[in-house]
Amino acid sequence: MSEAIKAATLEYTTRLGDDSVVLGHRISEWISYGPFLEEDIAYGNVSLDYIGRARMFYTYAAELANDGRDEDDFAYMRNDREYRNLLLMEMPKGDFAYSQVRQLFADVYYTYLLPELLKSKDETLSAIAAKAIKETKYHLRRSRDWVLRLGDGTEESHKRTQKAVDALWGYTHELFDMDETEQLLADAGIGVDVSRLRDAWLAKVTEILTEATLTLPTEEWAVRGGRIGYHTENLGHMLTEMQIVHRSFPGCKW
Amino acid sequence: MTEIPLMPVEQYERLQLRSDEAVKDLWDLLDAVKDPEVPALSLWDLGVLRDIKRNGKQIVVTITPTYSGCPAMNAMAEDITQALNDAGFSDVEIKTSLAPAWSSEWMTQEGRRKLRNYGIAPPEDAELDEDGLTPDAHALCPHCSSRNTRRISEFGSTACKALFQCNDCNEPFDYFKKI
Ligand SMILES: [Zn+2]
Repeated sequence: MSEAIKAATLEYTTRLGDDSVVLGHRISEWISYGPFLEEDIAYGNVSLDYIGRARMFYTYAAELANDGRDEDDFAYMRNDREYRNLLLMEMPKGDFAYSQVRQLFADVYYTYLLPELLKSKDETLSAIAAKAIKETKYHLRRSRDWVLRLGDGTEESHKRTQKAVDALWGYTHELFDMDETEQLLADAGIGVDVSRLRDAWLAKVTEILTEATLTLPTEEWAVRGGRIGYHTENLGHMLTEMQIVHRSFPGCKW
Repeated sequence: MTEIPLMPVEQYERLQLRSDEAVKDLWDLLDAVKDPEVPALSLWDLGVLRDIKRNGKQIVVTITPTYSGCPAMNAMAEDITQALNDAGFSDVEIKTSLAPAWSSEWMTQEGRRKLRNYGIAPPEDAELDEDGLTPDAHALCPHCSSRNTRRISEFGSTACKALFQCNDCNEPFDYFKKI
């Protein structure tokens, strides 16, 4: 592996880990607040899947960095400006409709991203994708069911779901942005060219939103910056909560 | 013509590993290590235990996680180390292997029987739906063997299980998902 490719792979793996840990933590905020017991457990399960992915990405990132850091250092010892996650993942949990719509956008994204990552020439990235693909099928079935149920439900649930779609739409454009690092890896057959996933994502999301009697936003606005560390204020607050125990009691075990 | 029942190829390959004389005693020893979430199953039965190697005095054990976020993996690694330490092997390394991804096909026949006795329907006790996912009904009830059952929740007490309820005996039960 050339030095340039190695450095890019480290950056890329960290980004994928950041997306997973931030979304996983956000989902975990629903635990004990779910509308009923089974849903509470479902959120716990999905959250664990994402945190598990983050652990695999960070473990690999630590191996590539080879500077004495481990997976915990990646998760707990970096500040918001060092995080490289997509902004969609860090948006607050909002109401139930908001979280499910975000989940649908993410689940459809991974439905198309993971099979491409599976083809990666990097064996570890491919292996992580292989595990995650199976989980994402279950995640998508759930978020799709909820968006259909809420969108095509009561007047109130429809209103809130539409509001969530409109509020989150501007954060979805960033999902398909490429930069130099990702282009280098896509050309090398290691990373995924996400710009090519947009049409499939849009078609699938349109299909589900339409079935849910929801309207696709026409207003074009986009917020970007996650991949270069420019975040919304939400991430800092989230990390404060996520990192405090690890930072206050280094090496603590229980 | 009599049909000879075939063992899934994954299970045959796993059994071959066990037959290696150099590490046979270690496989037998680790049969005592159980899944912390489902104590009826050994790690061998579950399919998590992938390989054991002797490297001079060092023992290298390879495990594969069932699900990405399985919180029991750390406990499993510690239990394996403990069991080997107790048997006098002080130098133990646990490696985690991601590829190939764990599949419920790796679970032993014995393990499937133990699961059913424990009150959990094993993976083959339900037909997957057209999307290849857990169906919404008809998993075999481990209590009364009825097929008249329904899925209550896609996600059960752990990531590897879904929750069903039997319409005949009314008992709820876990179904170990096929992946
Ligand atoms: Zn029954």
